[in-house]
Amino acid sequence: MSTVSAAGSLPVAAAPAQLERLRGFAKSLVPAVAALGLTIALFSLAVALAGFDPLQVWSLIAQGGFGDAFAWQNTLQRAAPLLLTGLAVALPAQAGRVIIGAEGALVLGGLAASALGNVLADRHDGPGLVWPAMGLAGVLAGGVWIGIVGWLREKREVNETIASLLMSFIAIALFNQCVETVLRDPASLNKPSTRPLPDALMLPSMPGLDVHWGLGLGIVVALVAWAVMRLTPLGMAVRVAGGNPRAALGVGLPVGMLTIGACAAGGACAGLAGAVEVAAVHGAANGSLVAGYGYSGIMIAFAARFSPGGVIPVAILVGGIAASGSLLQRRLGLPDAAVTVLLGFAFVALIGCETLRGRSFTSRRAPHG
Amino acid sequence: MADASALGWWGVPLAIVGGAVRVGTTLLWVSLGETVTEKAGRINLGLEGTLLMGAMTAFAVSLATGNPWLGIAGAAAVGIVLGALHGGLCSLARVNDTAMGIALMLAGSGLAFWLGKPLIQPTAPGLPSIVLGGWTDQPALKAALSINPLFILGLVAAFAVHRALGHTRVGLRLRVVGDSENAARAFGLSPAAYRVAATAFGGACAGIGGASLSLVYPGAWSEALSSGQGIMAVALVIFARWDPRRCVLAGLLFGGASAVSPALQALGYSQGYYLLAALPYALTLAMLIGLGKPGPSDGAPGELSLNR
Repeated sequence: MSTVSAAGSLPVAAAPAQLERLRGFAKSLVPAVAALGLTIALFSLAVALAGFDPLQVWSLIAQGGFGDAFAWQNTLQRAAPLLLTGLAVALPAQAGRVIIGAEGALVLGGLAASALGNVLADRHDGPGLVWPAMGLAGVLAGGVWIGIVGWLREKREVNETIASLLMSFIAIALFNQCVETVLRDPASLNKPSTRPLPDALMLPSMPGLDVHWGLGLGIVVALVAWAVMRLTPLGMAVRVAGGNPRAALGVGLPVGMLTIGACAAGGACAGLAGAVEVAAVHGAANGSLVAGYGYSGIMIAFAARFSPGGVIPVAILVGGIAASGSLLQRRLGLPDAAVTVLLGFAFVALIGCETLRGRSFTSRRAPHG
Repeated sequence: MADASALGWWGVPLAIVGGAVRVGTTLLWVSLGETVTEKAGRINLGLEGTLLMGAMTAFAVSLATGNPWLGIAGAAAVGIVLGALHGGLCSLARVNDTAMGIALMLAGSGLAFWLGKPLIQPTAPGLPSIVLGGWTDQPALKAALSINPLFILGLVAAFAVHRALGHTRVGLRLRVVGDSENAARAFGLSPAAYRVAATAFGGACAGIGGASLSLVYPGAWSEALSSGQGIMAVALVIFARWDPRRCVLAGLLFGGASAVSPALQALGYSQGYYLLAALPYALTLAMLIGLGKPGPSDGAPGELSLNR
């Protein structure tokens, strides 16, 4: 998973170390730059074939995602859950597990948070207790859900990619059942919902920003995850278990516990995303939670090369692109699915351009020049 | 199914059997194609996207030409393109087939939703079914005995693929490629070429499976048309132990599970309706847990990344 060391692994005796490191870094950028170019070309072509002006579409995406304060507010609002669902894929991936069921963990997290939040609100508890409790409920629900997937992989060698998606569909069915029956607010007629939180318990905006605290929370979680993965023995152990399980077993690491733990940590992030969406945006758990954040998180994690820190900028970029969807629809009548296509193309290009990794197009001339 | 009550509780098993065939047709086609793909040593998790693209294409072509069979041909053609794309890209060095499958799943469904936006309202001519129940007046029995032609074709295709894999030169070579790349090279075979072809075949089958969604059951285009049937079919291949004939059984069994909840609702028994919708996924997961890791004795191809 470490990119730079793999790319710059050929030692060249004559070159100074710094130059060598620079070249290694430049090489590691080749696939990303190629993927970016390919994505722009492919999506421009698709848009042109659909009868739109690509230049106008790109400028509207820039404008709708990052053009003014309102656009940024919208972008960051979306980035908050995306950060966490990106982590939901990135953390298990550090341990070598490809999890694609964050959507299910998110909705269960939101459901658990809403249910507990309502119980505590009925007892007139203050936000100082309700918010942490809701967050914990989301973390536990999501963590257990994806933890089960990791455990099944460990105990029964059940393919975790397929199992996590199946679990996601089961989670959504469970969610629908609860929202439609036992937890349904009788007042929600057209759109079945749990009871809404009282206004006093809604998560407020961060000072100076019109974006709720979920964004700050997501960034803190990402930075902590980055620090744990990069700077602590535990993170090192997880990465060894993911990179070379046999070697990890050889040095006595509890590989099973580490991988299950990484899966559970990922699920916990997705569950927290659901809790934040309920506490800050929707106020209740309902169909709006099933918004595809879990699926966008997969692409974000791959684009960040599973780095918990890298998830932050990628989530903001993807949040901006997603936010521009409504502007594209209003101005050009472009279906909102066009944004999904753009992200899908970017994902395909990104994975395909991995083939260019380790190849250099600059230093072909001389052996060490 | 509206008149299932005329038969009392007997309507439930009848509706389940009918549903097993309707939903099972989709699962049968997708898992049949994926069996061939996996026999060549490649996994395609992107079939969910192919399924949706196939459903959308079949509906659009049928709407434009008035001929549902042309719609099915169109769906198969789109499936071939997407399958060959997956197969070709995965042949490049350092391109991971699991990751590419996930990427194509997202890209394919996005593209189907974009292009399918104008198709949500209209109704296209669906595939006429073969009526075996002309002798009865019971509408529920009649419905259960109306077999869609894609199921019959799928049945034929399953046995044909079984025959081709087991008894033809191409089939044998395909299995060699899937079991050991080194052995294939020693025979002078090109693993990449076989895998691209096998993935394209898998894509074509998934496209036809998608056509059965939009032209047979439920018989319309909507964004909620497929909910994981593509990925379920990949899991069913393990259940079928990479045997095309067992794909028929797998399709019927898991199709039947999908029909339980609507069948009970038709009788007015609606408790747990939403939870019962999870039955096919839960059953698939239980099956994966029960089987554990498939080995070579289960027919698992040696080169499959699922098994390494």
